[in-house]
Formats: sequence, C-alpha cells, structure tokens
Amino acid sequence: MSQVVRKFFMDFEKEEAWLNEMSAKGLALVEHSWARYVFEESAKGEYIYRIELLEKDPKEAAGYLQFMEETGAERVPSGTPTKANRAFMNQRWVFFRRKASEGPFQIYTDADSKIKHYQRIYKVYLSLAFMELIIGSLNLMLIMLNTSSNIYKINLIVGVSVIILGLFFIWLSLPIRRKIARLQQEKLIRE
Amino acid sequence: MALSGNNEYGALTEGVYYILLSLLTPMHGYGIMQNVKLLSNQRVELGAGTLYGALSTLVERGWIKLLAGGEDSRKKEYQITELGKSIVQSEMTRLDELLTNGRKLMGGEV
Repeated sequence: MSQVVRKFFMDFEKEEAWLNEMSAKGLALVEHSWARYVFEESAKGEYIYRIELLEKDPKEAAGYLQFMEETGAERVPSGTPTKANRAFMNQRWVFFRRKASEGPFQIYTDADSKIKHYQRIYKVYLSLAFMELIIGSLNLMLIMLNTSSNIYKINLIVGVSVIILGLFFIWLSLPIRRKIARLQQEKLIRE
Repeated sequence: MALSGNNEYGALTEGVYYILLSLLTPMHGYGIMQNVKLLSNQRVELGAGTLYGALSTLVERGWIKLLAGGEDSRKKEYQITELGKSIVQSEMTRLDELLTNGRKLMGGEV
C-alpha cells in the first residue's frame, strides 16, 4: 500500500535525511514530484537515499546516470520516463537509492567533489536570483515610462514580487556558500 | 578530485592513488570501488560521484585510458597508462620521504 506525504524542503540535505528516516521506519520513497512524496512499505532501513543536482550538460548527465546504475544505485522514480513524470525525470535534481545491505551509500566522499557539487547548486540559485532581479527591476523601471494607472499597478506588483523571489534565491544560496567555505578551509589542512 | 594542478610533485588524494593502483589490472567503475575498499581494509570508500569525476579527469590527463570496446559495451573498462605508472612511482618516492623524515624525527618519541 502506498502512502502520499506532502512536504516542502528548501535544503536538499534535510530532505535526504528525512527520506532516510522514513526508510528506517519501513517507508521507501518510490515517486516524487513538487512537494509530494509517494512511499511504499518496505523492510525497515532497506534503502539509503541520496539527492544530487546533475551536471547541466545532458550527455554528461546520461553517462553519469549509467555509471550510478553500474554501482548498484537506482534512480527514483525508476524506469524510463512516462508521460506523467517526463517533465520531472528531465530535471537536474535526481534521487537515488541503494540497498543498505550493499554498504554505506555516499555519492561524494572527498572535499573536492563535494565542493564541486555544492558549486553547481550555488550557481543555479545565483543565476535564478540574477534573472529575477533583472526582470523585477525592468518592471519597476517601466513604471517611470508609463502614465496609465492600471499598467502602473501591474508593473509594481509584478516587479516587487519578482524581486522578492530573487532575494529568496539569494537567501537559499547563503547556506550553500557557507558549506563551500567550510570545506575549502578544511582542505587547507587535510585531504 | 584534487590532482593538485599540473604540479607533478603535488600530493595525490588517497582516492586517486588507490584508483591508479587498482587500474594496473583493467577494471570497470564498480570493480574499482570494491578494490579500493579491499586495498585499504575498508577505510577508503569512494562515492560513485567522486569516482566518476576522478575517472574523467584521469582520462583527460592521460594517466588512465578507456579500453577499446568500452563505447559499445554497457560497462566501461579502464586501465593505467605508462604516464600513470610514472605518476604512481613519483608519489611513492614522495610518500617514502614523508615517512622517512617522520620516523627519523619522531623515532625516539614513538
């Protein structure tokens, strides 16, 4: 029997930890979409879950996905994309699971590769923030050109909300930046 | 994975060092992970993401090569090159120096 949980995470590592807690309770993630998780009953702690942001280049990402498979990891949801989840399967954020019986499951095990992964995430947040801030400011600038009162209101509302969204992405990027800095400092003294 | 720039004298990460040693025998990705674990008495566990990145970099540098037929078959096999072997040699010399100096200076205390 499957169980649907609606939940929203802003930190992928907290999301990962939660999926592993659920798995420890005997609920294994089989499907996910925006703020929606579908679990199926399994043996307690059968799977270990990891979340990753793939490389932007689809060819590079495809090679990597195949490599993950070879090492016993399974993508969730599994299989080829269906009509319903195609949009989701093409996304860069991917969920993996591997049987706990195969040993500890970590994707990145040294500082350099962890930093590289965080930097990918950081770049995505920053470019989203940059885009939103530009669109927002353009809307606000249009106000000065427009005298018609109705359009003025629309531009103001769109402009302000888009700028808030841009600031939200900057806020999301801050903890990632701290993690990168901490790892880089650690790297100065040990591998 | 750190390969310390282009500096030949830079330290290899232990992951890279063990990957190179493993590839004295042709191996595919999962085999390398298992072998590194075995060589290091379960101490070094390479994550798949870390290993994948390291393999691409090492191929790019010419320290290892992808074996022919690897493109068609699903599992890619890798092997160390002569350049790779010389890199391992100089790393061993470097490690030897570290150990010798450590033993010489700490010798009385340990």
